[in-house]
Amino acid sequence: MNGSFGEFVAHAARDGALVVQPRMGMSDPARMRAGLLATRATDVRAAGTITLDSFTRVGEHDSVRTALTKGKQLNGYPIVDHPVAVTRKVLAGVCGPDFPVQVRHGSPRPQRIIAALVAARLHATEGGPISYCLPYSRVPVAESVRAWTESARMLAALREQGQRPHLETFGGCMMAQLCPPALLVAISVLEAVFFRRHGVDSVSLSYAQQTHPGQDAEALGALRALAEEFLPNTDWHVVLYTYMGAFPRTPAGSVALLEEAARLSVRGGASRLIVKTVAEAHRIPTIAENVDALLVASRAADRERHAPTAHEPVEDTGIAGQARAIVEAVLDLDPDLDAGLTRAVRLGLLDIPYCLHPDNAGRTRATVDGAGRLQWTRTGALPLRGLAESTNHEPVTADRLLRSLSYVERRFDDAALEHTAGAPA
Amino acid sequence: MEVVTPRPGCGLDVIVSGLASDAHTWNLVYLQMFLEERGHRVRNLGGCVPDDMLVAECVRTDPELVVIGTVNGHGWQDGERAIRALRARPELAATRVVIGGKLGIDGPRGVSHSARLRDAGFDAVFEDHLGIAPFRSYVDQLPARVRT
Repeated sequence: MNGSFGEFVAHAARDGALVVQPRMGMSDPARMRAGLLATRATDVRAAGTITLDSFTRVGEHDSVRTALTKGKQLNGYPIVDHPVAVTRKVLAGVCGPDFPVQVRHGSPRPQRIIAALVAARLHATEGGPISYCLPYSRVPVAESVRAWTESARMLAALREQGQRPHLETFGGCMMAQLCPPALLVAISVLEAVFFRRHGVDSVSLSYAQQTHPGQDAEALGALRALAEEFLPNTDWHVVLYTYMGAFPRTPAGSVALLEEAARLSVRGGASRLIVKTVAEAHRIPTIAENVDALLVASRAADRERHAPTAHEPVEDTGIAGQARAIVEAVLDLDPDLDAGLTRAVRLGLLDIPYCLHPDNAGRTRATVDGAGRLQWTRTGALPLRGLAESTNHEPVTADRLLRSLSYVERRFDDAALEHTAGAPA
Repeated sequence: MEVVTPRPGCGLDVIVSGLASDAHTWNLVYLQMFLEERGHRVRNLGGCVPDDMLVAECVRTDPELVVIGTVNGHGWQDGERAIRALRARPELAATRVVIGGKLGIDGPRGVSHSARLRDAGFDAVFEDHLGIAPFRSYVDQLPARVRT
């Protein structure tokens, strides 16, 4: 018996608990199993993760097999090339209704990955035709859409066997940095609608923590409102990713950023949080560092639930309106969302700032403003006329880009160092 | 401090590119902006560029400078393979090609890969921990090609 991922999260939410989840993938099956067991053994509400290696992500299976033959470590678990029996042994007695396991990968052409996880009796994974194509690959969007259609249908077919497959959008992350929240929210909603239309009726919508907690809380509210409206008859929840850009280098700074993400989850109504560790800026974390991060995040969420931090009320700066305009413009392009998504990218209705993918229009720009909020400096052909001001900002220079990219890292490291020094100079 | 004023019409035609196994692109976005602000014309090939595509684009567009950026730690391997492929084409034997970024997985305390990459055919190698200044000096002293 291999319970439903969505039901596990819904159950935790009813109990008032945040589900915390690591990023974790080891090439060696015994170590992968040890990582899952350690996650499961924490006394907090945790879900397990199998993160795949980057050769599997790009479909270079010869390189995977060479590495496995020579005993070389990969940067994740190669689920396609380990025999099914091996993966089933990794999961035996670990994965179950009280501990669901999700496969995380990053592939624009994930059919073999989906086949492998289904064969191993798993049914939860993540990605999306836009979010796993534009940031990390050169695969044409039309091809990624076809591949993800096939993949969603492969998962949906499990419903006939009485299972409840689950797909999470990666659309709330994209390039990890410098994408204004409205576009992240819109892509997450569009990918969830895409999954739903291809038969997957249990989904999660991602959003990655950005540069400003108030702006992020507003974005999470917008994401939930649009999900409610555009995903009828669907089991859905919101998952927050702890900051995905350049991470603080000090241990105190990285813990403070993780705790801010946990508080944001509670405040913004996210039911699940993907954590980051103190090793983030330096290397792949150990199992122990991952477990520590799960505990830190879960406890910070509990504290926030019982004694909320004083916040400014969430302001409506227009994120919901902008996101809705983008979602509706894309849905209106074509009754067939597959065709609509491809056209939307070509027309620049979906145009990711700083994304160099050959299909991305590349006419939008954004920056971190003086108050620490992400703002458009150019909106290109995004359907935001009258909804987003993009004229009052100086153009982004190379220097300004670097400062924006390191804004969060500096904010949390500076605070950590000042704290250590006792008082500000 | 020296101030560089871009001189329209006098900039170089530059190709900026990542390497086959490296999906990182923020470094490439930065390099493009940095070069454009100095008056150069940039064609950015983006991340995960296979060797044969890099070679074909360079042969097709005949750039005055090729800048390869890499940060995933495989640069010393992928870079060596890429420069050998570029230099194998007679049209590109004398093209200026440089590489920079996080070239290995060990960081500044690890082995330096510069000598080996220069031997393989790069005109210059810029290691991440030295910052942008050496690359800036290098680019600013390059003469534009006289087209005949």
